[in-house]
Amino acid sequence: MPVPRVADTFKGAVSRVTIGATAEEGGTRTTTVTVGGASNVVYGGEPGKLGEKPVIAIDVPDSAPQDWSDALAAQYKDVFDDPAAWAKKAVDEYGADLICLKFDGIHPDKGDLGADHAVKVTKDVLAAVGVPLILWGSGNDAKDNQVMPKVSEAAKGENCLIGTVTEDNYKSLTAIALADSHKIITEAPLDINIGKQVNILVSDMGYPLENIVTFQSTGALGYGIEYTYSIQERQRLATLGGDKMMAMPSVVDVGSEAWRAKEAKSDAPEWGPAEARGPMWEAATAIVLLQSGTDIIRLRHPKAVATVKNFIKEMW
Amino acid sequence: MIAIGERINGMFTDVKQAIAEKDKAVIQDLAKRQTECGASYLDVNVGTAAADQEATMAWLVETIQETCKTPLCLDSQKLNVIATGLKVADTSMGILLNSTPLNKKNDEEILDKFLEMAKSAGPEGKIIALTMDKNGVPQDVDTRVAIAAEIVEKAMGAGFEMHRLFVDPIVLPVKVPDAQQQPNNIIAAIGQIVFLSDPPPHIVVGLSNLSQGAGERSLINRTFLVMAASHGLDAAIVDVLDDALVDTLATGEMLLNKQLYSDSYLKAYRNA
Repeated sequence: MPVPRVADTFKGAVSRVTIGATAEEGGTRTTTVTVGGASNVVYGGEPGKLGEKPVIAIDVPDSAPQDWSDALAAQYKDVFDDPAAWAKKAVDEYGADLICLKFDGIHPDKGDLGADHAVKVTKDVLAAVGVPLILWGSGNDAKDNQVMPKVSEAAKGENCLIGTVTEDNYKSLTAIALADSHKIITEAPLDINIGKQVNILVSDMGYPLENIVTFQSTGALGYGIEYTYSIQERQRLATLGGDKMMAMPSVVDVGSEAWRAKEAKSDAPEWGPAEARGPMWEAATAIVLLQSGTDIIRLRHPKAVATVKNFIKEMW
Repeated sequence: MIAIGERINGMFTDVKQAIAEKDKAVIQDLAKRQTECGASYLDVNVGTAAADQEATMAWLVETIQETCKTPLCLDSQKLNVIATGLKVADTSMGILLNSTPLNKKNDEEILDKFLEMAKSAGPEGKIIALTMDKNGVPQDVDTRVAIAAEIVEKAMGAGFEMHRLFVDPIVLPVKVPDAQQQPNNIIAAIGQIVFLSDPPPHIVVGLSNLSQGAGERSLINRTFLVMAASHGLDAAIVDVLDDALVDTLATGEMLLNKQLYSDSYLKAYRNA
């Protein structure tokens, strides 16, 4: 009797999502990014099943951020008030695969800027860089519902990744993403069951499952990273088991979460120089999450970007 | 759970009549509806009424595949009827041959023949093998498991991967004198068959047979289905048009942690 083959075989795979549209595809991007495609556990040993390489999106705030630590802000001090120049620097100098345009400035508590501002910034950044864009709202439902549809329209044809939609607020942005042919980010509060539910709700509106990227919220190293890790891992296992409602690539927000940690931002000389500590914290958080099977990593500090890029290059 | 839709069977009056009148629409509608309700395979059984079983099988297969791409489960006690269906079927999506015993008094090699037929249908050619042999259908746990072990060994010896083998421990009607021990025996047998190999073969039952002649058929069927699923049953020939059954199955799989919970898990189960 021959020895049976006992290696696990999986029936599902992470869907492939392409972000960005070149001139031929009706947009103005010079490059596009494709993520997903894995059909094995992370680093499962079979090169053909790894899927696409993870990519790095550098955060570009829509207006000068008010709460960034000095060590981080110093990296962008020459472009602090200029999102277009900021994006260009992130691409040309720091090697971003995508730009994550983060609309914190429209939040009622953080500037309450209007749709005109958001549309202008979107157009400026689109003109300044050739990489694909992520268009990420403020997290205030009412304001996002008011502004993000205009942002979506301004970027129509560019095949952006737009978000986020949640269990309680998904209808308007899903409808506009469908109309403007953007990919969408579904968000859940570190909850695998709600994550699945949002995907079902969005797909019930006729939005294609294969155009979704999931965001399970992110906990930084020391601040709940194990929750993010185990949820990402569970999502991958559900995908491999054939759960089509969970078979999406994912995005993690490492930049803002890592820099909220006191280890990254505190001015505490006894912990070592702040210029080194912050990017280390950010890079370590990203590398842990890469091993849980994530696809798009939002980062901020150029040193963290370089470290993580190098890690991806070595591992893939 | 791999659901095999049972409705295209000449034992049902509508199908019997459609066969007699060569009414394609009835068959194609059943294929479509069962697919929409989540059937992974469509069972095709000509029943007993058809005069020419081979020709009827061929007609059913061609009729279904004109409009539906769901893999078929060719169901007959006669090898030649299955062989005829296989000859005309598009097997590129996979096919399941249903079914063969371990051996028969007049055909010791029947299982080998089924294995060969399934192999000839490509990498997704699969078979259902019954835990029954030339001595008939066993009633006890041990004989069921012993026959299953011989089936598994024979399939492995033939280089047939376990994911292509479905072992059927044979469900008998519960409404038969002294038959009430059978559901327990089948569940016990399932619990042992899953350890015969690693990975194990699929385990399948023809569910509706359990409630043959009984009242509360749907309730009996779906209750047993989740009981058996909790012991390793992973496929069943069922009425996928029975909403209560599919809801129960989805709930059972969720409680067994085979499907992620979400508030819309019933919908997600059907869409998957």
